Amino acid sequence: MLEITDLTKRYPDGFEALKSVELTLPQGQLAALIGPSGAGKSTLIRCVNRLVEPTEGSVKLDGTEVTDLGRSALRGARRDMAMIFQSYALVERLSVMENVLSGRLGYVGFFNSLLRRFPSQDIQRAYKLLEQVGLEGLHDRRADELSGGQQQRVGIARALMQEPKLLLVDEPTASLDPRTAHQVMGLLADLCDEHDLAAIINIHDVPLAKEYTDRILGLNAGQLVFDGPPAELTDEVLPDIYGGEDWSAHGEQSADEEDDDDDEDVRSSGQFLAEEVL
Amino acid sequence: MSSPSTDDQPVWRKRSRRQALTHWVITLGIAGVVLWCFKLISDETTWSFVWSGPAQAGELANRMFLPEWYNRTGELWAEGEFWSHLGAFLADRAAYAAELWSPLVDTLHIATLGTVLGVMIASPLAFLAAENTTPSVKFVRPVALLFLVTSRSVNSLIWALLLVIVIGPGMLSGILAIALRSVGFCGKLLFEAIEEIDEATRDAVVSTGAGRLQTLTYGVIPQIAPAFAGISIYRWDINIREATIIGLVGAGGIGMALQTAIDELAWGHVSVIFIAILATVILSEWVSAKARAAVT
Amino acid sequence: MSELPEEMATPRTWKRPPLISDPRQRWALYIGVIAYAIWAFLSIEVDVQRLVEGADWARQFFAGLVQPDFVSRADEIWYGFLESLTMTAVATAIGVALAVPIGLGAASNLAIRPVYLTCRAILALSRAFHEVILAILFVAMFGFGPFAGLVTLVVATIGFLGKLIAEDIEAIDWETVEAVESTGASWLQKVAYGVAPQVMPRFIGLSLYRLDINFRESAIIGIVGAGGIGATLTTAVERYDFETVSAILILIIGTVYAFEYISSAIRKRFI
Repeated sequence: MLEITDLTKRYPDGFEALKSVELTLPQGQLAALIGPSGAGKSTLIRCVNRLVEPTEGSVKLDGTEVTDLGRSALRGARRDMAMIFQSYALVERLSVMENVLSGRLGYVGFFNSLLRRFPSQDIQRAYKLLEQVGLEGLHDRRADELSGGQQQRVGIARALMQEPKLLLVDEPTASLDPRTAHQVMGLLADLCDEHDLAAIINIHDVPLAKEYTDRILGLNAGQLVFDGPPAELTDEVLPDIYGGEDWSAHGEQSADEEDDDDDEDVRSSGQFLAEEVL
Repeated sequence: MSSPSTDDQPVWRKRSRRQALTHWVITLGIAGVVLWCFKLISDETTWSFVWSGPAQAGELANRMFLPEWYNRTGELWAEGEFWSHLGAFLADRAAYAAELWSPLVDTLHIATLGTVLGVMIASPLAFLAAENTTPSVKFVRPVALLFLVTSRSVNSLIWALLLVIVIGPGMLSGILAIALRSVGFCGKLLFEAIEEIDEATRDAVVSTGAGRLQTLTYGVIPQIAPAFAGISIYRWDINIREATIIGLVGAGGIGMALQTAIDELAWGHVSVIFIAILATVILSEWVSAKARAAVT
Repeated sequence: MSELPEEMATPRTWKRPPLISDPRQRWALYIGVIAYAIWAFLSIEVDVQRLVEGADWARQFFAGLVQPDFVSRADEIWYGFLESLTMTAVATAIGVALAVPIGLGAASNLAIRPVYLTCRAILALSRAFHEVILAILFVAMFGFGPFAGLVTLVVATIGFLGKLIAEDIEAIDWETVEAVESTGASWLQKVAYGVAPQVMPRFIGLSLYRLDINFRESAIIGIVGAGGIGATLTTAVERYDFETVSAILILIIGTVYAFEYISSAIRKRFI
């Protein structure tokens, strides 16, 4: 469904964030993208919906070449690829409902969107999605009044509102506490299963990735260095992805040690995993 | 950094000798320029007038705030006469204050309409000037910035002076003058607010497939709305002050009454106008502070 | 919504809740705004005759604007410009020198109560009136010319800087000051080592900003006789000499540009 071939991103200063990445993702598959900070994980998923313009290579979504699309055709393609962000990226001063409905912006004309006039099936869908993500009755609350986990659920509802074929998920759990992180990952996995969505989930937390996804992609310095089922991601191959010394000596926790933008307490995350919270 | 002292103990100094020297040269240079400038001003000044300044001030205050204590023959008012004179004095001031009501209301209108117009012009310019929303960083942005700087450099009193010639004296000139000055002020603060928005939120709206205008109305405008309201109210407060004086050049409001009073050397009336202006300014500052606290 | 029975289908409509939930307050606000707008617009008296006449004036004015003439009144322009610059320089220097002690006194965390109240009163008084009104008073006291303008700008600078300095000091990190205090430092040492370093960068920035404002203000207080380029500008306007007006405006805008450039350069160098 998604075919990425020879994808390269070179910045004006010559830095190559992505080097000839090749990747094919079938419908309904959940893939975790792991790798050290600065490996190009965010760049990769942003190149797919062209928030970042790729330098070379091709991105095909259901046979459509995304990299060649003009402005309005790109809008159409973006409707099929919904994105979920680490910092939730909700429009904080708008209500939960408005945030969810903003997932339909690619379908609704400008004036109707300005006057908040959305088709009634969209509104019904929005209510249903809010119920599904567990935010029933909160539709008229302002987005910034919600907790982090609730905000991320709004972000998920907004993404599903697009009726996408593919989810691009950028660090969905990095700003959340371990328990909520598990809940959000579980929710994502269930929803993808239910709607038969493919997803690329860019994630720091290796245990979480292994637990909830079908496939692990390891990115290091812009190159895909690992591609396989979670079971094959053993302590022996982790140094290939994250670099550094013998992995098994540290245990899984050290996956996050190099990440400065990650405020999550990984040790407690491991504990939660052991206790099978979800 | 340090130089050895006589008994070979290292000495720490904040600046090395060379740094200290340049520091002193710059300080002395600035002092020299200021002194030279002061001499130029002093050459232009009739110092005897300046020395009589305090006496003049006393005289002025006397004429502004006090009734005439002496009758025409130079003797103090007789007891009965004094009270009737004081009554007449107060009645005169009160009558004049009542006359000021209409120009004062005009002043308020000038400030409010001028602010609204200014903000209306400033908003699109701010979007053109902000690095993250401008259609072209190379061409459109510099032009928008040029408009903003030009508007900001020229005081509203000068705009009023020019507009009074072009479209004639009156409130319309005043409103336009206030608006023209407000464009630069509001535009600058607004585009800085736009440049500080959370880009991830905007990316999120873009990635739903939203168009340019939709991205603006969902991804950008809600983020800057509080700043927008705060800036507008802040400028309205400043504009009340400005609107009290642009009448001096004929652009409407209470300043026109002030001009008349000064021309007639009616200092008693001037004092009433000053009190009226002071009250208006204090009131508007209070309203503005309350309103800004409410929107942010 | 929560009162609906369970079997009810998911709602198909949604309306954005209004900003003000009480409909009476909301409508009162709408009606108030509309009424004010009508009142304000009706109070603008437009003299159509004068506007028609104005078209001709406008033509002359813009014709003058596009042909700035620096030459024929070069002496007056240069003289007024120099006077403005000198007024700006001296007023900023004196104003900053006076604003610092008053600002220190007006900071509630540094000054004792009576000093605080006195300094706050001075600041409030010097901020109460617009520069032009101050200029009118000082011209009446000291006579026409740049001295009245100088005093005006000094007073305005004190009011502006003093208030901002006081607010900055009140917002500083107090632990640093306590650390200095605990070494046994005197009040002045406390200010020099604990307070000054914290507020210095913004203080320099604000002083430079005030320099810029003082120049712009010096261009208008001349209109009421307090010297500077404003006097030259008023004369040119009264003569309908729009070419010279244009030259003066270009000079003012250019100088403000230059000030902004220089001050951003200084800020980058020192802060």
